[in-house]
Parts: sequence; C-alpha cells; structure tokens
Amino acid sequence: MSEPVSPLNGAAYDGFVSVRETGSCGMITLRGDLSDPVVQGVVKTLTGVDIPAMGKITIGKTGCAWMSPDELLLLLPRADVSAALGEIAQAMRETHHLAADVSDARALFNITGAGVRDVLTKLTPADVSPVALPVGTMRRTRLAQVPAAIWIDDETTANVICFRSVARYMFDLLCTSAKPGGAPGLFAQGSEQ
Amino acid sequence: MLILTCPCCNIAADETELLPGGQAHITRHGPGSDDADFETYLFMRENPKGVHFERWRHSMGCGKWFHAARCTATLEVFATYSAQTFGPPQHVIDAIKSRRPDWQGPV
Repeated sequence: MSEPVSPLNGAAYDGFVSVRETGSCGMITLRGDLSDPVVQGVVKTLTGVDIPAMGKITIGKTGCAWMSPDELLLLLPRADVSAALGEIAQAMRETHHLAADVSDARALFNITGAGVRDVLTKLTPADVSPVALPVGTMRRTRLAQVPAAIWIDDETTANVICFRSVARYMFDLLCTSAKPGGAPGLFAQGSEQ
Repeated sequence: MLILTCPCCNIAADETELLPGGQAHITRHGPGSDDADFETYLFMRENPKGVHFERWRHSMGCGKWFHAARCTATLEVFATYSAQTFGPPQHVIDAIKSRRPDWQGPV
C-alpha cells in the first residue's frame, strides 16, 4: 500500500509566525439532517464529541466542525477513515445521508506564533478578532482569492483548511503574509518586528 | 461595501464572500407558457432606485442561497431571509416600512 502524501509534503516557513503544512489528516464530509438522533449518535461514536452548534468546531483527540446547516466535517486519524466510513454506512443505512472521504481533497495548514490573528487579518474580509472569532469557532471565508475555513486553537495557534488544488497558492499566501516586518500588530503587541 | 448576514449560518459576510443571484421572487414560466410570459421570465428585471429584493449565495461560506432586502441607493440592508419562500415575509415588509414609510410595497 502506498503512503498517503500530503499536498506540499509538510512544507514549512518561519516568519513572524510559523506556517506549516500539516501531514495527512483524515477528513470525512458528512451531510444529512443534523437534528436526526441517528446522525448525532454516529458522530458521537466516531469522534467522541457532540455535534457542535452553528459555526462551531470541537477538537479533542478527533474533531467535528459545523460547515453548513446540513454538513459536518469530521477530523480523525487518517488510518481510521475507511473504518469510520463503514461504520457510518452501517449505522445510517436507513437514514438519508452522504459521507465521503475528503482527506486527499483538502490541505491543512497550522500557523503558530503570537501574531496568528495578524497574519490572517491581512488575507480575509472576516473579522478575526477574539470577539468575533473566539476559540472553538469555525469561520468559513476566503483567504485572498480562495475559499478557506479557519479556526483558532489558542491565541498562538490557528488552522486553515483549503482545497488541495490551491494548497501551493495558500502556502505562498500565508508565507508572504507572515514575512518578518509585515505584521500589522493589530492583535499581538510586539509581533510587528 | 455590502455586508449581508447569512440566515443559514449567521455569519456577517462581506460582499466578496457572496455570489449575487439577481432579482428575487421571479415567477417561472416554462414549457407551455406563452411567449410574452416567457420573455418576461427570462429578460425583464426591475432596476429600482431604492428598495430591492435579491438572491444571494454564501459561496465562500456555507454555500446556501438566501434572500436579501436592501436599498440600491444607500446599500442599507433591511433584512435577510430564507430562500424557501415565494415572496418577502411580513417581518421583512415591516422592517422596510419602518425605514421607508412611503414605500409602496413589493412589485
């Protein structure tokens, strides 16, 4: 069996924050009626967390993100994806749904450093202040010209998901935004050096 | 800058995160309709200076279609509401009338 290769093979850059393309992460898109107890049950079984409220993301050992009124993104170890899909198909055989392995269709970036909100605010029209984008909120928006989903783990860690086809564009974008000397210093004092 | 709050995901989305869908609440005239109705359905659009109803898609977000009532002259947004309706609901009409007392109602 060939090894899964992440879009940019773990590319990394250090600017006023560090940008790193994280290795392969398992992702499942699950669409259906989120108020259905069957859907709620299967999400709880697979990820160990309840379905997050509108616009929220729950990350533990595995994670679950609210993507739209009828769509969730499950984050789990790559090796568990096919078993999870089998479990979903089994548990929801009577329930109208769609489940797809999108691990290879997405790129995931991890941004660390004091200026994570600064590096994002240069690229997106979304309000990334701690009030509008607190920890645990999933914000689907665009970064420059491509759609992306962003969430904050803590004040020094942010994550970005985008389509694999624009992974290189996204990485270059984040690197340019993170160049030393380029921090607007709106959110992190002192990150502007 | 136009900012619309998507009624499906409650995000105040910037115009650049949205896809415009043109005039809302158009009656479809399909096969079997007469030529005049079909032409109206295909080509005839309002172009008001003032209150206007539009369709928008939250394309760089939840991906859902929704409706917006806004003023084309001032960009004031009166309300955004569900796509699953044939006409503006009463609370939207009330919101517009409270801001534009001389408005004559939806066309």
